[in-house]
Amino acid sequence: MAEAHDRPPEQFKLRMRRYDPESGQAPYWDEHTVELEPHRSVLEAVLQAKDRFDGSIGIRCSCRQAICGSCGVRVNGEPALACHTHLDAAKAGAREGVIEIEPMGNMPVIKDLIVDMDAVHWKKIQRVTPWLLAKQPVPEREYLVSKEAMVDVTQTMACIQCGACVSDCLAMEVDPGFIGPAALAKAYRFVGDPRDDQQFERLNDLAQDPQGIFDCTHCFKCVEACPKDVNPMGQIMRLRRIATGDHHIVDKNNGERHEQAITGLVRNYGLLHEAELIPRSYGGNSWFAKFTPAAGKELLSSLPVVIKGVLRGKVSPRIAIFGHKIPAQDLKAVQSIYDKIEGRPERYELNLYVSGEDEDATSASTGAEGSVSQ
Amino acid sequence: MPAHDVLIIGAGLAGQRAALAAAEEGASVAIMSKVHPVRSHSVAAAGGINAAISVDDDWRSHAYDTVKGSDFLGDQDAIEIMCSEAPGEVMELEHMGVTFHRNDKGEMDLRAFGGASMKRTAYVADITGQAMLHVLYEQLMKHHETVSRYEEWFTTSLLLDDAGGCAGAIARDVRSGRMEAFTAKNVILACGGAGQAYKPTTNGLIVTGDGIAMAYRAGAPLMDMEMVQYHPTCLVETGILITEGARGEGAHLLNSNGERFMEKSAPNKMELASRDVVSRAEQIEINEGRGVGPDGAGILLDITVVPRKRTLEALREIVNLGKDFAGVDITREPITIRPGQHYIMGGVKTDVDGRTPIEGLYAAGEVACVSVHGGNRLGANSLLDTLIFGRRAGEHAAARAASMGMPRADANAKLREDAAQIDSIIARPRDARRVSEIKSELGETMNRKAAVFRDEEGLQSARETIARLKEEAEKAWIDDRGTVFNQDVLGAIELGFMVDCAEATVVAALERKESRGAQYRTDYPERNDEEWLKHIDISLNADGPTVSYSPVTITQWQPEERKY
Repeated sequence: MAEAHDRPPEQFKLRMRRYDPESGQAPYWDEHTVELEPHRSVLEAVLQAKDRFDGSIGIRCSCRQAICGSCGVRVNGEPALACHTHLDAAKAGAREGVIEIEPMGNMPVIKDLIVDMDAVHWKKIQRVTPWLLAKQPVPEREYLVSKEAMVDVTQTMACIQCGACVSDCLAMEVDPGFIGPAALAKAYRFVGDPRDDQQFERLNDLAQDPQGIFDCTHCFKCVEACPKDVNPMGQIMRLRRIATGDHHIVDKNNGERHEQAITGLVRNYGLLHEAELIPRSYGGNSWFAKFTPAAGKELLSSLPVVIKGVLRGKVSPRIAIFGHKIPAQDLKAVQSIYDKIEGRPERYELNLYVSGEDEDATSASTGAEGSVSQ
Repeated sequence: MPAHDVLIIGAGLAGQRAALAAAEEGASVAIMSKVHPVRSHSVAAAGGINAAISVDDDWRSHAYDTVKGSDFLGDQDAIEIMCSEAPGEVMELEHMGVTFHRNDKGEMDLRAFGGASMKRTAYVADITGQAMLHVLYEQLMKHHETVSRYEEWFTTSLLLDDAGGCAGAIARDVRSGRMEAFTAKNVILACGGAGQAYKPTTNGLIVTGDGIAMAYRAGAPLMDMEMVQYHPTCLVETGILITEGARGEGAHLLNSNGERFMEKSAPNKMELASRDVVSRAEQIEINEGRGVGPDGAGILLDITVVPRKRTLEALREIVNLGKDFAGVDITREPITIRPGQHYIMGGVKTDVDGRTPIEGLYAAGEVACVSVHGGNRLGANSLLDTLIFGRRAGEHAAARAASMGMPRADANAKLREDAAQIDSIIARPRDARRVSEIKSELGETMNRKAAVFRDEEGLQSARETIARLKEEAEKAWIDDRGTVFNQDVLGAIELGFMVDCAEATVVAALERKESRGAQYRTDYPERNDEEWLKHIDISLNADGPTVSYSPVTITQWQPEERKY
């Protein structure tokens, strides 16, 4: 069993980003060599350096088992829990074999590896009314709700508020006001909870906010960053689907129209027809959309970009006007996917805690199935 | 100077529950924690919470199981309160939003747990503590106007008035290093156990006995400190916990011959006997050469007998723990475990409303000893303990606050004293030992000599070691000279707290010359109700720890032989 764990201790070189706010000096790199078994964690390595060489190294930590969410850092540039990253894996991913440990991104650094989560992460959590607005009357015993619904929201309940997704969120880098992956996943925890009374109000709020659910750019960074498979982006997409599909919320950010435009265009053409996308996103999902004032204005303002694209050969005028053409049988295949999905009686969501068949050897160990809409 | 009706120190389940209860009673409340509340170690409680909510269950059955689990050292009046109030409390948490697992009828599902005569453990997969802690924190955010939160504030000592009553606390803002005196009509300690005095331990690095030691230094007696729970299933190297839920779902324990050895010590309950019984049985297998692993120091936990789909749904966290921290796919092969320090049944002595003998000072959760756990805590009773007695302490403290004025104490003198203490730690010359070395020796000593099996010789030698470490801790030096997030200096203060807790544990273990619950003396292997059916209280006097006794409250269950 576990042969990998019988390997003797090895030396590991750590390169830590240090910052002392009281020194008046800029951040600097600090190197230490520690000795530990290769399957031990980066946190244990940092703590060994702290215990043996320099007690002033600042890092938040407690449980050592990826449940308290304290030790979010960046290891070799990628967000991670220090306690949840093995030294051998970290070394394999390191430049010149030196494991680089830095504070998380998108949040101000307080000292060394400690960032100000209150200023960013917790402020955003508070934005989504993060408590149950319970259906009335409150029953004497428990609310009777389906097993599936409780298991479903437990995936977002499993978020340990470590901030790894916030650290890596590209949309937040561009727009610091974006509510962001962790807080929107938290929002799903209430939206998906059948005991909550304010599903529509919550969704409408998050859809109308220009920095809400439609501010996410689907980059998948948060999905990769999350050490608990919460799949924040997946939760954001589910918020969108429920907002647009179930509640038909038409938001002032054109998020709903944009989604309708994309799905409509792909259904009609098999591929995205870019020139139609802008007018439809602003004027509604029809060929006539381009004649609405909002779409016209947006089209005019995007003309310089389009012309530049044509001049540089990135767009051909023919495709810009008539769209892509794909073979008829391919188009038919694409459309049959739409028919199949829309023909289902209910939306089917895969979830972390509801895994595939018993025989499926990969689903449990990778945890990669996440929450995918089918 | 901040002043509140109720100041709560510690923001895990007990502290947050106390804060909500006190706020609901209309008190002005502050809750203070050295870490952000969701980092509190309650977050690691995996398996669930016991409550007789099933229609064919009865709280008396739960109470009897708890009394029996405690090896009859638990106070039955307190146990009756805890178990009879459990169903209502769990429903309250459900109404707040905890996502308890449901059965096919949409009611809360229940799983089996150790020492319980029927399925009565409500759960959220195997992240029950996390789900409850985060939901309580949601409520604190909701009640932000009535509950002031001091997050990342480290309490250095309790503030006493001239009459010896508690009048607040002194604390340091970890982020800025600023010291502040907080006056309060009532202080509720809710800052957990002292697991870090052991190495290894399942407890987080923050669990350093702060509240126990602060109360002890302020004159409050500690009770049942000899009762230290070793959890039967911890990873061999790191001490990380594998939830009892695994055995609740049907997992087996096997020795190197592949035998289910629990047959010998608990033929009826097998793997689901109480924790002290299972840990002892495992240690016997290991000691007698039937262990597994490189040093034969492990036992196999076989979860492959649980249907894989059920494991993936209900034990997901330990599937990940096995993979990430032991390199084992628990759905495919057994995992090597051993008993590891997990919980202290003892703590600051309180009544059923959380009151300590010090006026104005309350305690709830692992820091306290009511005593509902006696000699051994049942799995899934700790979450219940935190909620019931956290709430009761909060309610009682709020009611008391309504009928009194703000106490007067010389806060500034105490503030200067604690600030000077921190300055002196920072200024210590580097000619003694590092804090980390002393902590490590303390933990190893406790784990060798105050563990599953104990005897006079080992405990005496532990006591001598602790006496030496106590002196060394007073000279231990640190590196960090700064004020912002100086974790180093806080570590030196925590070391002092842990040494005090360890000393009380060893003194009590030496005193109890019998075997009961988690205390197994190889030199006194029998339970002796005639002489030792009583609590051991440890108080700090000028000469050090002093022993006294208090009676065990028995209401309806007379002591009997304990069989599983």
